[in-house]
Amino acid sequence: MKPLTHCSLRALRDAVRSGEVSAREVAQAHLDRITEVEPAISALLAVTADDALAQADAVDAARSRGDKIGPLAGVPIALKDVICTRGVATTCGSRILAGWKPPYDATVAARIREAGAVMLGKANCDEFAMGSSTENSAYGPTRNPWNLACVPGGSSGGSAAAVAAREVAGSLGSDTGGSIRQPAALCGIVGLKPTYGRVSRFGLVAYASSLDQIGPMARSVEDAALLLEAICGLDPLDSTSVDAAPFTATAVTRGDIRGLRIGVPREFLGDGVDGPVVAAVRAAVEALCAMGATAEECSLRTVRHSLATYYILAPAEASSNLARYDGVRFGLRAEGGSGHAGMTEASREAGFGAETKQRILVGTYALSAGYYDAYYLRAQKVRTLIRRDFDAAFERFDVLVTPTSPTVAFGIGEKSDDPLAMKLADVCTLPANMAGIPGVSIPCGMDRGLPIGLQIMGRSFDEETTLRAAYAYEQATHWHTLRPEVNR
Amino acid sequence: MPLTLDDVRRVARLARLELTDDEAAVQLRSINELMERFESLRELDVEGIEPTAHSAPINNVLREDAARPSLPRDEALAGAPDAREGCFAVPLILEAS
Repeated sequence: MKPLTHCSLRALRDAVRSGEVSAREVAQAHLDRITEVEPAISALLAVTADDALAQADAVDAARSRGDKIGPLAGVPIALKDVICTRGVATTCGSRILAGWKPPYDATVAARIREAGAVMLGKANCDEFAMGSSTENSAYGPTRNPWNLACVPGGSSGGSAAAVAAREVAGSLGSDTGGSIRQPAALCGIVGLKPTYGRVSRFGLVAYASSLDQIGPMARSVEDAALLLEAICGLDPLDSTSVDAAPFTATAVTRGDIRGLRIGVPREFLGDGVDGPVVAAVRAAVEALCAMGATAEECSLRTVRHSLATYYILAPAEASSNLARYDGVRFGLRAEGGSGHAGMTEASREAGFGAETKQRILVGTYALSAGYYDAYYLRAQKVRTLIRRDFDAAFERFDVLVTPTSPTVAFGIGEKSDDPLAMKLADVCTLPANMAGIPGVSIPCGMDRGLPIGLQIMGRSFDEETTLRAAYAYEQATHWHTLRPEVNR
Repeated sequence: MPLTLDDVRRVARLARLELTDDEAAVQLRSINELMERFESLRELDVEGIEPTAHSAPINNVLREDAARPSLPRDEALAGAPDAREGCFAVPLILEAS
């Protein structure tokens, strides 16, 4: 057997199940890998080694007793630090929640554990999932395993880098405007944003509740599908979770893509998208057609308004969601100021970073008296138009194929003084959040030693077709097998 | 119309954010840069278009109004910066006159 840290999530699961290796050996091998590369990468905010080994031992004990073990038994994973884990610090990459230990588990954290997966740690992210580079974390940036001078993308940059650097076999991120797919693209891994409502958001610290969705990140489509199968489904604790037809990973890896109708929206291949990225996406479409799919250029007339729509709706929701950080029930309380209001203002001033403050300010403005109709209400109507554009496209096509990010990973610090340039990094991923549809990013090429991501979007609750297209592409190409050296 | 420094200060007060003078100036610049992008939305005719609050195909999710255990009080209070006698403790809200 090859080194355990080179194995897929599926292979590790099978090896633990068959008894070829113990869950403890798998956990220890990955903890050793974390010790080796973490000084260079800084993907994790907390490593939960003792808990992980205890949990791995429990898996091994259950197996030796002959008890039924879960579908992810012994699989080492990391959770983005916006996902609540009972008794394990959950900071959201923010000073305001430094050291806060949630009194309950997010539904996904509980489901992952019930499935037998072993959590090795919590992954770094932009503060409250706001950003595209993980540089907005109050705990310092994460580095891209392919080039340590580059960002891993964001906001789920720690989740992506930890998987790419083989510290874990898979991870969970959250995606409000591209925060799973864009870092997956920049780190050369697979990242899926499921349909809004597919995965429970209970225990996901809220950024923009109408857009946030938790999803899997892994080194293959099948591994991502196995994680999604474990976390998806109706949850009485999240009233926006949907009782949809069940998703199974085996449905993804069965069958082919003959007759699949691919739309290639030209709005995603225009100005601002690097030449090598366009070339890689066009080559990927050709590869899919060689397997029996058909492709046609199309147009989504309103998607160019996604950026403006997003940066009204998401900050508006954030300004409301982040009102809870007031120095009273949890998190930082700063000294200074007079009385209760002064304490709250001082705590928020000391606890939030610049990008978070910007989004709270923009959102508060967009919702304030006299501006609500012009900004928030109008943006909600434009969201309807964007959804209709996608609905019309999906009458003609089964999936839409685009770049995930207009460029490969950029340098650390390169865009940190230019908030607007940073926001443009998400221009290809924002539309799927507006429409609520699933989107996956998979590796489809390299440019200057850095991975290029291909985005495949599908119909609402049709993760199966979306991932089947991704799986077929992956089987026919070698990009997902490339591994970063992680030079220290 | 671009925001002014006074607008940023007013909104910051609404959002209970205390900004330093330097912060307010930096925020003003980047907020105006972002909000220029919002202008494109005015080109669209949204007359008669229903707003979308979220994309999930559901509304009015109901459940039985049945009592169930909630978070124990000591656990709910455990993360508080200041908790006393089973309550969240805060500075004075109203000063005595």
